[in-house]
Amino acid sequence: MFSPISPIHYLFVGIVLFVTGLICLVTKRNIIAILIGVELILNAANINLVAFSSPVLFTGQVAPLRLDGQIFALFVMILAAAEAAVALAIALHFYSRFGTVDVDRGDSLKG
Amino acid sequence: MNSLSLIPQLLLIAWMLPLASFVVLLVTGSFLERHGRIAGFIATTSIGVACLLSLAAASIWLGANPLSNSSHHSAEHAVPLLVGDWYTLAEFGRVKLSFGYYIDTLTLAMFVMVSFIATLIHIYSFGYMHEELHEVEDSQVPLADGSTLRRPGRFSRFFQYLSLFGFSMLGLVVANNLLMIFVFWELVGICSYFLIGFYVERPTATYAGNKAFIVNRIGDFGMVLGLAAFLTSCGTLHFQQYETSHGQRYPGLISYVNTLKHSPESVEHSAGDDHGQLAASRNAAPTVGSHSGSSLTYSLLVLAGLGLFCGCVGKSAQFPLHVWLPDAMEGPTPVSALIHAATMVAAGVYLVGRSYPLLTPEVLLVVAAVGTITLFISATIATTATDIKKVLAYSTISQLGYMMLGLGAGGWIAGLFHLFTHAFFKALLFLGSGSVIHACGTNEMPQMGGLLRKMPWTAVTMLIGCLAIAGAGIPLWIGFSGYHSKDAILAQVYLFGTNNRFLGWMYYTALLSAGLTAFYMFRLWFLTFTGEPRDASIFTHAHESPKSMVIPLVILAFFAIVAGWTVPGTRWSVPHLLEQSHVKPAFEASEIGRVGGLVIPDEEKSHDAKIHALVSIEAFAAAFLGFGVAGLLYGVRWLQPAEIAHRFRNIHQFLLNKWYFDELYHRLFVRSVHGLAFLAAWIDRVVIDWTVDHLALAVRSLAHADDWLDRVFVDGAVNRLAVVVYGLGAWFGQWQSGRIRSYIVWIVVGLVTLFIMGSIYFGLASHCVVGAS
Repeated sequence: MFSPISPIHYLFVGIVLFVTGLICLVTKRNIIAILIGVELILNAANINLVAFSSPVLFTGQVAPLRLDGQIFALFVMILAAAEAAVALAIALHFYSRFGTVDVDRGDSLKG
Repeated sequence: MNSLSLIPQLLLIAWMLPLASFVVLLVTGSFLERHGRIAGFIATTSIGVACLLSLAAASIWLGANPLSNSSHHSAEHAVPLLVGDWYTLAEFGRVKLSFGYYIDTLTLAMFVMVSFIATLIHIYSFGYMHEELHEVEDSQVPLADGSTLRRPGRFSRFFQYLSLFGFSMLGLVVANNLLMIFVFWELVGICSYFLIGFYVERPTATYAGNKAFIVNRIGDFGMVLGLAAFLTSCGTLHFQQYETSHGQRYPGLISYVNTLKHSPESVEHSAGDDHGQLAASRNAAPTVGSHSGSSLTYSLLVLAGLGLFCGCVGKSAQFPLHVWLPDAMEGPTPVSALIHAATMVAAGVYLVGRSYPLLTPEVLLVVAAVGTITLFISATIATTATDIKKVLAYSTISQLGYMMLGLGAGGWIAGLFHLFTHAFFKALLFLGSGSVIHACGTNEMPQMGGLLRKMPWTAVTMLIGCLAIAGAGIPLWIGFSGYHSKDAILAQVYLFGTNNRFLGWMYYTALLSAGLTAFYMFRLWFLTFTGEPRDASIFTHAHESPKSMVIPLVILAFFAIVAGWTVPGTRWSVPHLLEQSHVKPAFEASEIGRVGGLVIPDEEKSHDAKIHALVSIEAFAAAFLGFGVAGLLYGVRWLQPAEIAHRFRNIHQFLLNKWYFDELYHRLFVRSVHGLAFLAAWIDRVVIDWTVDHLALAVRSLAHADDWLDRVFVDGAVNRLAVVVYGLGAWFGQWQSGRIRSYIVWIVVGLVTLFIMGSIYFGLASHCVVGAS
């Protein structure tokens, strides 16, 4: 009744994470919450990368290590850390400028 | 020979001195206007030194070329001559444009005469023009407010013009080519124009200046045509052989004409004629270039000669163009004496004499005929004129007519001799009249009278002038200068008339005019100096002129007496001086054959004692008759002039109106030019203006249409585009809310849309692929 865990299941987890992050991005007004949403989306992407590097998907072709997805995921984590640093700096600056972390207050770029 | 080479240099200095004076006065004019006497001294000194230098040149010449004892030498011996160029303006192959000298006894005599008379007149001007030293009140220029014009004096400017004139006239005399003559011809013309209009504020003076200038242009037009004929046919305007900068020697005009003479076959035919070529190369032995370049034909020579004479008619105020000279008397009297009596107007006669070897018998016939007509017409007008200067002006025209007649009749020496004697006595008469005008303040003889007591020097010297011009003398022995020269002309004309039967009238006209000359000259003298004073206030103010004016009068009177004499014990006289450079006309008889049997008699034949005796006595009788009538009318007053004038009032009116020449020219030329101008103005106003106006209107409406198109279509399109772009921008701008969450929503919406579209597309594609497989 239960099939073994296959990439499709990972993808499913990934899509749940992605949609959660997207909803978080769209609905939250707190800048920190938005950052959390971004992290969620990044991790959804990581899961996808790992899922697509599953050996099951390599039919016939011989890849030497089959760890490409995992390495990409590691890169993304490092970039996410750097991005978090930049984004938190932006958040701090935003706060010091507007006295709040509500992103709807900052609409100076309105056309 | 060494001393001879000094002559051109002396004359060059003498020629340049008045120019230097002119330049100095021109540059320092504004300073000298306040110190006028200095200007006068500069000008007088320069012309005086020029006179001395020319005298020195003349004496060197006479030392080297003594006057021959034989009067028949000219045919055998070459005429002694100095020819060369001082300054070359330009060279085009063999055509050479240059300023150079042509020195023979005629040149020297003219040079001395011009500079001498000019010196005397400069001295005279010191006295005559002294009013110009300070502010002048010109009573002849009424202003609008009833007062008269006051202006600064123009003493310096007067002498400046006189200097320029001296330079130009001497250049004209010394010239060795027709181009140089033409240049200085125009320069003396412009000096004359300046000096006639010296009192520029007087409308009559400016009018007279313009008239002189325009009438002279008509003559000069013909002269330019003559020059062009010579230049195109011979390629040169030099009289004699000349040398280019490459050392090539080319023949002058005179040798071209002689070539034509020695090859009668080439007459009327092309110069390519073999015979003519042969003769040409024979004659051109000493020169390098042969005459092959010449396309001169006899008929072209006639035309060229007529063209040259046309210029002389203008300058010397001959018959059709004589109208300017009487009006030219508006200038100051010294100017009338120097320019309009002694020198410039004689330039026409001089040019005829200078270019004598180029003139054919037909041209000489025209010269003689024009001279005859002129001398008669102007002598008759002079008998009724009342303005003292106008009488002298018409007398000048008449005497110039005598000179032309003498030259035309073959009397080269006679005509030029009269030029010299006339220069002295006419300058004397003009200066005398200037003295009278200076004393009386009027030109009108009817207001004078009895001035003999007031101004004896002027009266006596003028009497000498009158006797000289009338040709007074003891027949067959001796007389005043005019007696010798006029008799020489009349003898030549008599000979001319006997050689050509149909021209006998010329002699009788000249004889009649000699009587008229005596009549009007003594009428002038009696009216001015004898009888009762007719205007008391003028008479009481009259006074003898200052020494600076009387001394030139006395000197000129001396020369008016002796200019025709031979220096006792020698053969020195003006005719003998001229004889040394005597030239004969190119052809003795008419060669075209149309002017049947026209013969220009040899001048030596007129020295025949029988002819001389006859002519002398007839001329004396005519002059005495004229003198007698004048004496009866105006001297002893046995006859009443007014009564005679009334009896012959038609003739009197006719003469008083100067044969209606001015009216005739007014009708013929001025009116027609006015008519033409009115017509042109009418065409201008009606046709051209209308066209232009309507063109402008059309252009204006076109512009309006264009403007409308511009505003409606071009502007409309551009504005509409702008509105659309603006609207689009505004519409897009509202999406740019600046709110990050809405951006994210749109990103998500976009992503989802892309995803759906992509999946539909790829799904369909895969479906198709699946379907196909």
